Amino acid sequence: MVGSPVTLLADAGKRPVARRGVLSRKWSGILEPYLYVSPAIILIVAVMLMPLVLGLSYAFRDIRILNPFSGGFIGLAHFQTLMQDSAFFQALLNTAWWTFGSLLFQFSLGLILALLLNRHFVGRRLVQALVFLPWAVPTFLSGLNWAWLFNPVVGPLPHWFTALGIMDSPFNILSDPDLAMWGPIVANIWFGIPFFAITLLAALQSIPSDLYEAAAIDGATTRQQFFSITLPFLAPTIAITLMLRTIWIANFADLIVVMTNGGPADSTQIVASYIFTQAFRRLDFGYASAIAAVLLVLLLAYALSVIALRRAMSHSS
Amino acid sequence: MVLSGRSRLGTTVYWATHYLMIAAFVAFALFPLFWLLKVSVTPNDILYTEGVRMWPSRITWDNYAFVLTKSSFPHFFLNSVIVSGSTAFITTIIAAMTGYAFSRFAFRGKVVIIALMLITQMFPLVMLIAPIFRILAPLGLTDSLTGLIIVYTAFNVPFATFLMQSFFDGIPRDLEEAAMIDGNTRFEAFRKIILPLTLPGVAATLGFVFTAAWSELLFALMLVSSESASTFPVGLLSFVSKFSVDFGQMMAAGVLALVPACLFFLLIQRYLVQGLTAGAVKG
Amino acid sequence: MASIEIANARKSYGAVHVLHGIDLAIADGEFIVLVGPSGCGKSTLLRMIAGLEDITSGDIRIGDDIVNDLQPRDRDIAMVFQSYALYPHMTVAQNMSYALTLRKTAKERIAESLAGVSEILGLNALLDRRPKALSGGQRQRVAMGRAIVRKPRAFLFDEPLSNLDARLREQMRTEIRKLHRRLNATSVYVTHDQIEAMTMADRIVAMHDGIIQQVGTPIEIYDHPANIFVASFIGSPAMNFLHGTCIKTDTTSAIRFADGHILPVAPRPGLYAGQEITLGARPEHVAIAAPETPGALPARVDLIEPMGLSTLIHVTLAGHELKIFTMDRPAFAIDSTIHIAFDIDKTHIFDRNSELRLPPVIKAPEETTKETSGANGT
Ligand SMILES: Nc1ncnc2c1ncn2[C@@H]1O[C@H](COP(=O)(O)OP(=O)(O)O)[C@@H](O)[C@H]1O
Ligand SMILES: [Mg+2]
Repeated sequence: MVGSPVTLLADAGKRPVARRGVLSRKWSGILEPYLYVSPAIILIVAVMLMPLVLGLSYAFRDIRILNPFSGGFIGLAHFQTLMQDSAFFQALLNTAWWTFGSLLFQFSLGLILALLLNRHFVGRRLVQALVFLPWAVPTFLSGLNWAWLFNPVVGPLPHWFTALGIMDSPFNILSDPDLAMWGPIVANIWFGIPFFAITLLAALQSIPSDLYEAAAIDGATTRQQFFSITLPFLAPTIAITLMLRTIWIANFADLIVVMTNGGPADSTQIVASYIFTQAFRRLDFGYASAIAAVLLVLLLAYALSVIALRRAMSHSS
Repeated sequence: MVLSGRSRLGTTVYWATHYLMIAAFVAFALFPLFWLLKVSVTPNDILYTEGVRMWPSRITWDNYAFVLTKSSFPHFFLNSVIVSGSTAFITTIIAAMTGYAFSRFAFRGKVVIIALMLITQMFPLVMLIAPIFRILAPLGLTDSLTGLIIVYTAFNVPFATFLMQSFFDGIPRDLEEAAMIDGNTRFEAFRKIILPLTLPGVAATLGFVFTAAWSELLFALMLVSSESASTFPVGLLSFVSKFSVDFGQMMAAGVLALVPACLFFLLIQRYLVQGLTAGAVKG
Repeated sequence: MASIEIANARKSYGAVHVLHGIDLAIADGEFIVLVGPSGCGKSTLLRMIAGLEDITSGDIRIGDDIVNDLQPRDRDIAMVFQSYALYPHMTVAQNMSYALTLRKTAKERIAESLAGVSEILGLNALLDRRPKALSGGQRQRVAMGRAIVRKPRAFLFDEPLSNLDARLREQMRTEIRKLHRRLNATSVYVTHDQIEAMTMADRIVAMHDGIIQQVGTPIEIYDHPANIFVASFIGSPAMNFLHGTCIKTDTTSAIRFADGHILPVAPRPGLYAGQEITLGARPEHVAIAAPETPGALPARVDLIEPMGLSTLIHVTLAGHELKIFTMDRPAFAIDSTIHIAFDIDKTHIFDRNSELRLPPVIKAPEETTKETSGANGT
């Protein structure tokens, strides 16, 4: 440190960086964040918001692709038709069944998986990679794959069910109106467990471990630790992911379109796939948009009521 | 969790149950994929007679040969690689910039923009197909890979942004401040100092978006009509409706479709948990 | 090197005012320490000099330039961060030469500077390592090296030693001082640690709640604190304070405590009968006295803290807890009563309302101090 004096280069760092902003510091400081976010904003406005507004306007117009005289403004006519449309109400019921059936299993199995993965054990990294794999499988492929698994010709499931005595003889549940919905739901559970497991595992790993140590020193059993530390810490993550996933699943028609196309006899038709059918099989875009508008309103109402409920609960506690 | 106070036997029973349940989850996750593979290598003549055997008595690669040489799949595959690759690349750049702004700046309208991005996650996307078609058609962007890339990018930007933001939140601001004092503009500091440090985040986002774009079906089906611009999912689906008899070939195509997405995912899944953990700590 | 001048600088975040009109002139080559409790706005002021925070109003001048509108990179200053902020993906050598590379300095000159600086800081063996492979002390040196290599107009330090252990901190304190003597670089050093301030500063700037309380050399600040805040913040163990009321005759002044005890004090202007005042006495200016000593007051022993070299005795006097510093090793029983006496000439009197110190009339000529807030440097 003390040593002989070492000559430092005078001026080595003196040269100014050869570039000055054109705008004053204040202005460039104010504008800068907008420059960063503008590509995203432009894209989202052009590809999501504008089409949304346009789509909402279709709900009040007569837009049928094959009818050159369509396009006129018809007010609430579509919504009046909708009120009489029993297929729509059936689809609404199916949507609830599809959404909550899938969600219940995805969540509970995902939580169990996350808890299992949150312990150290031999081969954990490999196991984690493998059990998360279904999420990477393209949805259409999951759909096809599960459709094949339920098919008694190439799939083992009907034969296993028969062997277990659940079925009298091997048949395809996807062609039975009473059971068909289970097909897409099982595929959806398979596909959706990893999402919950990943999110909940991330939340679990962010719980400071000294909390558990403190609880253990205080004499809490493993079960008490779960209820007094783990669950309260997970609660916010659980609440938000459950809400977002509910909406996402209700909108998620791919598996149904691929596996059953809404059939047999509309028994697996959910609102999202019904919109798809109206728009692209019947080419009635006006009516499809009216249904979509109703779905959007229902989902927003659901989201808002969940948020309001959470507010009320956190205030009362 | 701590195991204190458990007997030795209790511990053994616990771990036995633990491994059993893990095994069940692994089996549930992998069995459908295994079956796909099994049917794809089963020769046609024994497909039905050995329908429920775990592994066929003979195997064949004919299905793969057919799919790769005699069908349009290589072409669909290429289209999908182009679309998913470009989408992942562009989305990650845009999401990195937006996520960085969310992480580092306080600015007017930020809350509104974040709320807007959250709301887009609620749309029934089916509803957007027709209007998007209306908007893209006059621009010549329907029936084109470019159009698909634009649409997929927009759909994926919100989630990718939140993911990137949680990674940036984990990097101290001091670093770019030091760089700005050393002579960088903020944007240069972002590019040269911060982005290299977020490579795990970039990888996770790339992988996530690639996988999402790779599996998208409805928009690919509706915005593209010609076979020359079809992606893999569309090709596979048309294959199903055209030759719904040949399971072996379909499943061979399915296995091939699975490969890139799975490879990507295996590489990134660790970072995905890490990124969400960072976010969870904050929020 | 350059001087730094801050004129009426303010900073607010929306409605929150963090700095209220800072005036400060730092001479070329001076080592200034900004000291104050956490949250008082030291870092904010430093970051305004660096250009990392906007200046809400006022001017900052480095050398002859007003730098308000300059980006950090155009201000030609270097900063050492509390976290060191080393670039994790670069080697030590790359970290230190980054700024020069950005300025397109010739390769040979970069190599030359790097060699010089790593020689001074003893970093020669570490040049190819990444920050991750360094100890805390080594990282600290690299952060210093990164600043020195550039030969900037001024060095800014934001609590650079607070992540080191006590021994290393002490060692780096001396090293930074020696380095400063060698480079003679204008330096602004932020810390919440008054020992760092006392030992390192040419002049200390004591801050509280976004206002400069006093500027002066360490000894000036220690001996003539401008107000109760500075008196209590600087010095360890801290100054003792006793509240009371001023009583006056024609010739003498005294303070009367709540329990009725009276202690004469040196007369000073501005003192009037009935005034609420606070007496401040450093632990070394309170002594144990024989009971018959004039002015000795009875106090109860609460605790005795042996420190090896010295001993600290905690006592209670007139409801106030006091600390007494002594080089002896007294053996008092806890709760016993002892007598203590104040070194009247060295005690301070503060007005309780304004909290300002009332300076005594008689002053030796060489004892001139500057106690106005924001006093300019030499
Ligand atoms: N971005 C900000 N928004 C609002 N208040 C801030 C912000 N940054 C700092 N502050 C406030 O300014 C005050 C001074 O902070 P700082 O300069 O960091 O203090 P310190 O003296 O400990 O370095 C603190 O009370 C802090 O809460
Ligand atoms: Mg600070």
